[in-house]
Amino acid sequence: MSGVDPQSDSFEELAMPLFDQLYNFAYWLTTNREEAEDLVQETYAKALKGFSSFQLGTNFRAWMYRILRNTFLTSRTGLKATMILPLDAEESEPELSVACDSPETILIERSNCQLVQSAIDELPLPYREILLLCEVGEMSYEKIAETLFIPMGTVMSRLSRARKTLRDRLRLQRMNHGL
Amino acid sequence: MVCESWKAKIETYLDGELPEEEMRSFDAHVHSCASCAADTLTSVQMKRTIQVAGKRFTPSAEFRRRMQQSIAPKPLRSLPLGWMLAAAAVAILVVGALTSTYVGTARARRDQVYSEIADLHVATLASSSPVDVISSDRHTVKPWFQGKIPFTFDLPELQNSEFSLLGGRMTYLDQTPGAHLIYQLRRHRISVFVFQEESLRGRLNENSPVARKLSFNMETWSQGGLRYFVIGDAGSADINNLATLFKTTSS
Repeated sequence: MSGVDPQSDSFEELAMPLFDQLYNFAYWLTTNREEAEDLVQETYAKALKGFSSFQLGTNFRAWMYRILRNTFLTSRTGLKATMILPLDAEESEPELSVACDSPETILIERSNCQLVQSAIDELPLPYREILLLCEVGEMSYEKIAETLFIPMGTVMSRLSRARKTLRDRLRLQRMNHGL
Repeated sequence: MVCESWKAKIETYLDGELPEEEMRSFDAHVHSCASCAADTLTSVQMKRTIQVAGKRFTPSAEFRRRMQQSIAPKPLRSLPLGWMLAAAAVAILVVGALTSTYVGTARARRDQVYSEIADLHVATLASSSPVDVISSDRHTVKPWFQGKIPFTFDLPELQNSEFSLLGGRMTYLDQTPGAHLIYQLRRHRISVFVFQEESLRGRLNENSPVARKLSFNMETWSQGGLRYFVIGDAGSADINNLATLFKTTSS
């Protein structure tokens, strides 16, 4: 008698294409290669174990991200990194998307990749993760809400604040570097 | 709509999250408004920069290989015949070991009860006052236990037998109260213990007819929800006779 476990087979087909982006996201969260590898490994182990409970047809990527994020948040590094955002700030209206008092075009042109990476690094965890899910993961607001377990309105306001904070950091870095 | 309202929606527009109608309106506005077009361009550049900067970390080939191995489907191949035979042999050994362990445990449990009964018998006979109620009259001994033990039992009529009743006392087996009766047969003293069967459940799994413990003869049985033990250094036939008297009386 020979064959393969069909469930494990379809899990691999669905999960391996997400490997690079999940690792990237894990590294951004943990800021450490070994911890990122552990986090991804644990995420895949949990996902494989719980794959029977995953409903085919629902969003597998959001499900994987959610497992990874929850695993991270319950880790020692995650607990340390978690920052509590004031609720009133979370629910308030989104900020204006572009600050009008500075020529950002010039700023961005001069900001190199390293500066942006450094600015993302400095973002509080809730801002960092939502920005990465949106810009790097290219997730819709709905999928972000599903992944982070937050309402759509909070996704919009948090994302807007994350972008504003990033711009502010870049502006500060530019000043520090005399650009 | 004034420009400020459009500017507030630039990022939502670029994220593709505006309703369809608003998306079209925004497109039309950006094509006609230089200021909003410039801000939109800035936001596009910002998004691209973040996208590039955000794709910063790549897993090593070694880690990818490990991960693939860990989630790869496990082949469900049958084992070679030799391995199957070895596995079967191991399974038989394990089952055998478990069975003998269970049987051994049950036997040890039963033996422990018999040992305790033998101990009670010996300790009582060694005592200077082996009985608390001294009487050869069963109609005196039986009522003496009223209120002392949580059950009642019948004592056999001994008129036409070799046995004589010496008396009785309360006893405990594994913190369970019971009756201890002492009979005389010629120069032998025989103990009869009566306990509630329920209180010994799990400790005594079988109706073993006769057993020998520490050179004593013993018989035990369950009847009417009570567990009886007859033990003494008399012959097994005598032990059996006294047991039969009790069985007849209680039936």
